[in-house]
Amino acid sequence: MRIGMLLASLAASLAHATQAPEPLPSSLHDTGLYAEPSGLQVRPENRGFTPQYPLWSDGATKHRWISLPAGQSINASQAAVWDFPRGTKLWKEFSVDGRRVETRMIERLEDGDWRFSAYVWNEEQSDATLVPSDKSRTVSLPGGRRYRIPSEADCRACHAGAAVPVLGFSALQLSTDRDPLAPHAEPARADDLNLHELIAKGMLVDLPRELSETPPRIAAPTPAGRAVLGYLHANCGQCHVDPKLSGSAVPVELQLAHDPSDATAGTKTIHTLLDSASRYSSAGAADARLIVPGDPQGGTLLARMRSRDPRIQMPPLGSAIPDLEAIVLIEYWIEQDLKNNQETSQ
Amino acid sequence: MTVHRTRSSIATLLGTALAIASPLAGSAEPAADAAASKLAHGKYLVTIAGCNDCHTPLVMGPEGPERDMTRMLSGHPESLVMPPRPVLPEGPWGAVAAATFTAWSGPWGVSFTANLTPDPETGLGKWTLQNFRDTLRTGRRMGRGREILPPMPIPMYKNLTDEDIESIFTYLQSIPAVKNHVPEPLPPPEPPAAK
Repeated sequence: MRIGMLLASLAASLAHATQAPEPLPSSLHDTGLYAEPSGLQVRPENRGFTPQYPLWSDGATKHRWISLPAGQSINASQAAVWDFPRGTKLWKEFSVDGRRVETRMIERLEDGDWRFSAYVWNEEQSDATLVPSDKSRTVSLPGGRRYRIPSEADCRACHAGAAVPVLGFSALQLSTDRDPLAPHAEPARADDLNLHELIAKGMLVDLPRELSETPPRIAAPTPAGRAVLGYLHANCGQCHVDPKLSGSAVPVELQLAHDPSDATAGTKTIHTLLDSASRYSSAGAADARLIVPGDPQGGTLLARMRSRDPRIQMPPLGSAIPDLEAIVLIEYWIEQDLKNNQETSQ
Repeated sequence: MTVHRTRSSIATLLGTALAIASPLAGSAEPAADAAASKLAHGKYLVTIAGCNDCHTPLVMGPEGPERDMTRMLSGHPESLVMPPRPVLPEGPWGAVAAATFTAWSGPWGVSFTANLTPDPETGLGKWTLQNFRDTLRTGRRMGRGREILPPMPIPMYKNLTDEDIESIFTYLQSIPAVKNHVPEPLPPPEPPAAK
């Protein structure tokens, strides 16, 4: 009898697991982002947010929104691995030279899995159409610039390896203690959702008390060091994360994702950067270092950030133009702060 | 990926159901036999799929070129620093290979075959099955790094079943570890300047 009940329960679970989600709508307007069938007024319940450390996207301007199912909240008991309710949707709109190019959407399905999609905007800028997910597409922008729309596999390359697939919506990114030196920092908009409001309105629960009472901030010995660690967290931490936090993470020793609940996380990351040999080495060049204090030309970290050769570049996808602002910041940090031992003396 | 995850969930559920049901049916395959079968299937696939052709270096033996099985599947030897690639004349020749068959030069640049042994520092020792599966499915290292270059036949191997990939990975994790740091690929030559 007990076996029979177990099998019945398994059958019910199997039926649930095989229940296919609704197919993605072909029009962005049907995803729930906008208030009107044809207008571009965002629904008031879809809240905008601006992470303090933005991902470098070749200079594109970005707008971001999140929608939580009514009456549900994010569980933040694991400060670095928020658990979003099923039905959560996030959108990110990319514009180049004042024109919308694409809007990406990620959503958590009823079975707990995440789905990724991209919509490309039409010439009239009135709507965006779902892009087939099987492979990446390249579109031409005015002026001849080429722009790559990611495939679903590209989306997962960055999002699926992270501790949680939502990358720019976290305690550190939404902290009200924003880093003024963050490369490409965008000022928070007046109606942006931030950590304080999320907690106050019950949209986020169980965040460790120390983070809810004091806005998260990367502890680093120098202002430049703080900004460097924030940049590396936002641009590299999705893959360079503790593999134990994600079954699909890469087995990297260089971990750059920042855990806001660990007060020593910044110092640990700096020591890892200084102490680790680079696993990347060109032919005949063994024992390369990631960083050589005082010498911005001497390590592989900046060499790979400067490159956009697909065999060499970091990040390996999602960018075709080196991030000069970040490179200059990290050069300064290596040449000044690290040379003077300001980062390691504490 | 939703499909994959769902398949995985189904497989897990079916596996659980079978694990419960099988003792009743009295037809359970002993776990040791299943593991041995998976290992043997992986060895078979690695053998017939040509993995050794490029990932085990060729050396000159008394009867001509032969695989150096003391370095089985360890990729391009780090001790063999290749000279500059030869410049091919215009015409139908498109690629050249080192005598070891572990370094290849073509329009994609120069690629060096990877160390597939379970050495933790230079091979696949720290990889998970999912890292390995993501590599073959997407053509990117571990599904998220740089693209895998020719002559690795990713367009064909991406069609391997999950079961085959698991068998191959199981076998590769069982072979002797060889410490061999394979160099990173080189970019293709710059196109000649316009006159």
